[in-house]
Amino acid sequence: MPNGAAAHADHHGHHAHHPALQHHFESLEQQHEASTLGMWVFLVTEVMFFGGLLMAYLLYRVWYPGAWAEASLALDIVLGGINTAVLIASSFTMAMAVRAAQTGRHQHTVRWLILTMALGLTFLVIKYFEYAHKFELREVPGPDFEWHGQFPYQAQIFFSLYFGLTGLHALHMIIGVTLLAVITWMAAKGRFTPEWYTPVEMSGLYWHFVDIVWIFLFPLLYLVDRAHGVAQVGV
Amino acid sequence: MTTTVLPRVNYLNHEHGVASWLLTKDHKRIGILYLIVVAVAFFLGAIFAAGVRMELTTPQGDLVSADTYNKLFTAHGVMMVFFVLIPVVPAILGNFAMPLMIGAKDVAFPKLNLLSWYVFVIGFLFTIAALIFGGVDTGWTFYTPYSSTASNSNVMLTGLGVFIAGFSSILTGLNFMVTIHRMRAPGMTWFRLPLFVWAIYATALVQVLGTPVVAITVLMMALERALGFGIFDPRLGGDPVLFQHLFWFYSHPAVYIMILPPMGAISEVIACFSRKNVFGYSFVAFSSLAIAVFGFLVWAHHLFVAGISPYSAMVFSFLSFAVAIPSAVKTFNWTATLYQGAIWWRAPMMWVFGFIGLFLIGGLTGLFLASLGLDVHLHDTYFVVAHFHYIMVGGAIMGFLAGLHFWWPKMTGRMYSDGAATLSALLVFVGFNLTFGPQFILGYLGMPRRYHVYPDEYQVLNVLSSAGTSILGVGYTLTAVYLIYSLFRGERAGANPWLATGLEWNNTDSPPLPHNFSDLPVVSEGAYEYSKRGMKVA
Ligand SMILES: [Cu+2]
Repeated sequence: MPNGAAAHADHHGHHAHHPALQHHFESLEQQHEASTLGMWVFLVTEVMFFGGLLMAYLLYRVWYPGAWAEASLALDIVLGGINTAVLIASSFTMAMAVRAAQTGRHQHTVRWLILTMALGLTFLVIKYFEYAHKFELREVPGPDFEWHGQFPYQAQIFFSLYFGLTGLHALHMIIGVTLLAVITWMAAKGRFTPEWYTPVEMSGLYWHFVDIVWIFLFPLLYLVDRAHGVAQVGV
Repeated sequence: MTTTVLPRVNYLNHEHGVASWLLTKDHKRIGILYLIVVAVAFFLGAIFAAGVRMELTTPQGDLVSADTYNKLFTAHGVMMVFFVLIPVVPAILGNFAMPLMIGAKDVAFPKLNLLSWYVFVIGFLFTIAALIFGGVDTGWTFYTPYSSTASNSNVMLTGLGVFIAGFSSILTGLNFMVTIHRMRAPGMTWFRLPLFVWAIYATALVQVLGTPVVAITVLMMALERALGFGIFDPRLGGDPVLFQHLFWFYSHPAVYIMILPPMGAISEVIACFSRKNVFGYSFVAFSSLAIAVFGFLVWAHHLFVAGISPYSAMVFSFLSFAVAIPSAVKTFNWTATLYQGAIWWRAPMMWVFGFIGLFLIGGLTGLFLASLGLDVHLHDTYFVVAHFHYIMVGGAIMGFLAGLHFWWPKMTGRMYSDGAATLSALLVFVGFNLTFGPQFILGYLGMPRRYHVYPDEYQVLNVLSSAGTSILGVGYTLTAVYLIYSLFRGERAGANPWLATGLEWNNTDSPPLPHNFSDLPVVSEGAYEYSKRGMKVA
């Protein structure tokens, strides 16, 4: 139910409105609830968006387990692992930024947000080097694809999905960092108060979502049959 | 008669100029903006359909080449599905009426609502560009390899248009879902919501859950086409049937994006013009949700002859039959609403009668196609074409027109000619049946869809079908004429010309105020308390 609506049926209420309150809402609380629900629904659409690619991943992993093991071994587990740690850390700093905004400590909010952005950029830089290396090795699907293992076609499908999934994820990271830049600027201007810090919280939800996507992608792409594969290669 | 100026401040006259429309955040104006674009898309789609029907009047391919024919039916399908049927009721009537009906000043995210319209227009322009640069020949379903290796037409541009327009649908669904959850007026409980709002809510679920999947599928198809990844190419280890699964995972539920909102409009009109509460309100409300949920579990009925396993085909056949249950609940409940109602024979009700008859035929023939054995015979024939046109045109477009005729006085403050509207409903009904009725027989006799030449013995039925199209065309043109005429010369409607229940009729003027209500409405009764209004109407 629209909680605030019953409070004052006259929309030209007698008390001063918060500057962030939009005219079509009755109260900040209602506005905040609408934003929160909207964000969650948006994240559901994101799950479905990645879902199409994950469905393709699932089908071909079941069909081609050998190719999947072989191609997955070609991914750099060290860089992937570092990136996983970087993103988990960034989720922590993001949560701290939301907490600081909630308690009205502007300086802390700004600092935690900057730290989160720095970690996000670190992820993207590492990802850039991983991609560049794949281009050097010609392990990028398309006309120039080269593969010296047993299953060249199937490996190409694996790398199509690898680049599709991680590329889509990286795009979300770039959007996330941009979003945080705007939020940081707003926080520095002192726009947020303990009564209204919805944008910080919503960016936080988005950021955690993008992190969680990576938490799924890392094992799905980097850790296929890794223990078995290592024994086979004899490292 | 002088051109009268509507005296009071309303959403149409409180601001003037193109910029006040292109930058509006008012849900009512955004609804009108959608109406304009969708009308253009409908006109274009109809022209392409006319081309198809003209070619098919003779068995030979004598009017257009086979390639042009492919492009004609593809353009017709793409235009009508993505730019007419998907947005027609949610984005036009939903935008205009839903916030009014729940007693809100606007949707939850007005700027996002305007953005959705721009996204839609950009997608539309890309698709138009694809047509101008020579069209596309894959069919609206973009099946691989038609869309990947086998076509040298503008697949990318069209795919991009559809991809972009999809986001408009997602954002609209999101916006409406949040609006219905969070913006209802005091006292507007879930079970006092008008059934149109329930339908819009169920539709929003499908838009939010389904559309992202078709977006990513079209993206994968585009990458496959551009770079030859092999995801859908069996020569490279891929599976073309995967494309069909992903495509129909959205595109079957999309049928419910097209039909649920018109069903909601039908419930409103039928209650008002029978002067009765809708029979079994909660059943009708929940059947919308049931259709939305079941709709996600039946997609593989499009793949019965694509080589899926017989066991999964059996399950999908059974589930497809199951969707008939909530659809039948609606149809029976509407009929029960009419029973012993004080039926008021006005134009909106004519479209409702058309809807019920045509939707019934469309729905029942769907069961033929859901039967595994029969589908082997009927798959990809004109029987399928006839079936989905009975649902999409006979159902969705008739339902839209019922809703448009119902809310037109509210949108514009003017009445249209009831006689002309009744005549046009009749013309459309007759023209429609003449166009698509023979196609059931053609399909049963074995005429495949998407061919531009056919054996001589099919000609009589094809000529009948093409003749029906021209009657249909006259009917729709007449609708456009008297509606546009009413904008200038129509009688003033007054706040509630149908003596209807509902906040949009009783708590604001026609056209409504800029911010909908002068005082926030407080709701204390159910949606269809017609018994309190008396049966007698002017
Ligand atoms: Cu279907």
